[in-house]
Amino acid sequence: MPREYLVATFVEPDALVNAVTMIRAHGFKIYDVYAPCPVHGLDEAMGLRRSRLPYVTLCAAVVGMVAAMSFQFYAAVFDWSLNVGGKPDNSTLAFVPITFEIAVLAGGLATAAAFLLRSGLFPGVTATLAAPRVTDDRFAIALRWRTNVFDTGEARRLLHDSGASEVRQIVGDV
Amino acid sequence: MRVYEPLTLADPARRFQQRRWIEGDPALSQITDDVARPLNASPGKGWCACFAAALTALAVGIGCVWYQITTGIGVWGLNKTVGWGFDITNFVFWVGIGHAGTLISAILLLLRQQWRTSINRSAEAMTIFAVMCAGMFPLIHMGRPWLAFYVLPYPNSRGPLWVNFRSPLLWDVFALNTYLTISLVFWYVGMIPDFATLRDRASAGVKKSIYGILSLGWNGSHRTWSRYETLSMILAGLATPLVISVHSIVSMDFATSILPGWHTTIFPPYFVAGAVYSGFGMVMTLLILTRTLMHLEKYITHRHLDAMAKVMLLTGSIVGLSYGTELYVAWLSGNPYEQAVFYGRATGPYAWCFWTMVACNALAPQVLWSRRVRSNISALFVLSILVNVGMWLERFVIIVTSLHRSYLPSSWVMYRPTMIEVGTLIGSFGLFFTCFLLFIRLLPMIAIWEVKTGASAEPHEVVRHA
Repeated sequence: MPREYLVATFVEPDALVNAVTMIRAHGFKIYDVYAPCPVHGLDEAMGLRRSRLPYVTLCAAVVGMVAAMSFQFYAAVFDWSLNVGGKPDNSTLAFVPITFEIAVLAGGLATAAAFLLRSGLFPGVTATLAAPRVTDDRFAIALRWRTNVFDTGEARRLLHDSGASEVRQIVGDV
Repeated sequence: MRVYEPLTLADPARRFQQRRWIEGDPALSQITDDVARPLNASPGKGWCACFAAALTALAVGIGCVWYQITTGIGVWGLNKTVGWGFDITNFVFWVGIGHAGTLISAILLLLRQQWRTSINRSAEAMTIFAVMCAGMFPLIHMGRPWLAFYVLPYPNSRGPLWVNFRSPLLWDVFALNTYLTISLVFWYVGMIPDFATLRDRASAGVKKSIYGILSLGWNGSHRTWSRYETLSMILAGLATPLVISVHSIVSMDFATSILPGWHTTIFPPYFVAGAVYSGFGMVMTLLILTRTLMHLEKYITHRHLDAMAKVMLLTGSIVGLSYGTELYVAWLSGNPYEQAVFYGRATGPYAWCFWTMVACNALAPQVLWSRRVRSNISALFVLSILVNVGMWLERFVIIVTSLHRSYLPSSWVMYRPTMIEVGTLIGSFGLFFTCFLLFIRLLPMIAIWEVKTGASAEPHEVVRHA
């Protein structure tokens, strides 16, 4: 069954943030907000949790670090030890730069991949815009419409009162 | 005792103080139009002339590289004593150029410096092209570049004989590839929202579908924006130590050897400061050119150039201080070999390189103390070229003067580059400028969404008075 949404469009980011705060204060749940740039204060207004991406970075970087250090240790000490200028086989300090680089590489790539995966961004995905020009100069709030728990009249009134330039009901995915 | 009232963001006085980095008060859609305009308009005469020059230089470079690979690197001016010359000089020079891009995009993001927003995209592009140019030189120096995969630690049929993980040259391989990869990721991720903007304003056709694929289905969702900002901060946090590590490792190519003139602990910070200095010189050259070529004077303003000039003044002075410190430490060490190299730089056969370097890097930027110079675009352009000449010479001086007169006077020689080496250097500039000129024609060279973030955060009623 196709989903239905109530989409309100705004011109000013300040009005958008106020509208989000008000809508949530009246017990409505925000499906999502669309904007051409990150809007200051919207995270708090929408009540978004802090992203868990830093944990991905930490895990991947630690894995990269351990893998790089142990591989260099294995190659230089066990598999084929080379005497270079009389340095000890296990020249741990000399292995640090490469270990650092691999840790950064793993952390960066894993975080970027996790971001794309979590946000559903892939080549070939067709974007459906909630309202025209939300990637240019318009801001939009989308409310998921469920007939049994949703007073359309009240929601529309709240959105209009908070400065929405247009409120539309749309069917389909946004 | 005076009590200062705390200023909040809502305070009109504080709002008035907010500094504006772009000219005028463009509406959000105006910003999109201004940045997207050069992508649709036909290229101007200035762009075509620059592109023709860059392609010619690139062709010269391809010819020279082809000749030296088919003939052997004996066509270079290197000899038994001076085994590193133009190639490594160019390598260090280009890696250094890249550093300003990362500084602007990552370090200034962490420090929340607003002025980076109009210039970070092109600075990041510059980083990527510069690192590509840098990577070319060790490859061709191998003589047999088709065997370049030998530097990777893969299980091979020669033992497996692993690469030497203790060698700074191998650290370079890892540092440079990581740097290139992370810079590419950072650059591309930064462009995703702008690709979406361009996709939605393009009429159906090839352009729209290419932007569609590149934008990965971005629809401006704030849940994604919120995550996106976290990702940007993480990548910036990773790129910051990375960029410092890259030039530190490049400096260790020299510092971990026992050659007088190279064997000094000052090298890592000295190289990083020099890298940022030369990089800002190059960013300045490029931005002065592109703001004129692409008519983006409103977005890349005098104030941006002024801020960059201040960074150049700071890093140039650090470089000058390093020159003095090196000489002082050579004198203090009491080591005759160390002293011979450093005094030789200033008085020997390459003294003209040394003194040009000092003039360009340590003395020239001191004029930037004057506000009049910082607001004079022609002066800044000339200075940015001088910085690049000076910083290129610095690497040449460090590498060649330390090598050409070593412990054994019977092996003292002079190094002179051949035309092939000069041609290869010209070719690397050709590659760099070809890539950069294509970039400003094909991709949004100003981060549209970041400029909008700055513009939409500023209250309108106050801006009119500002």
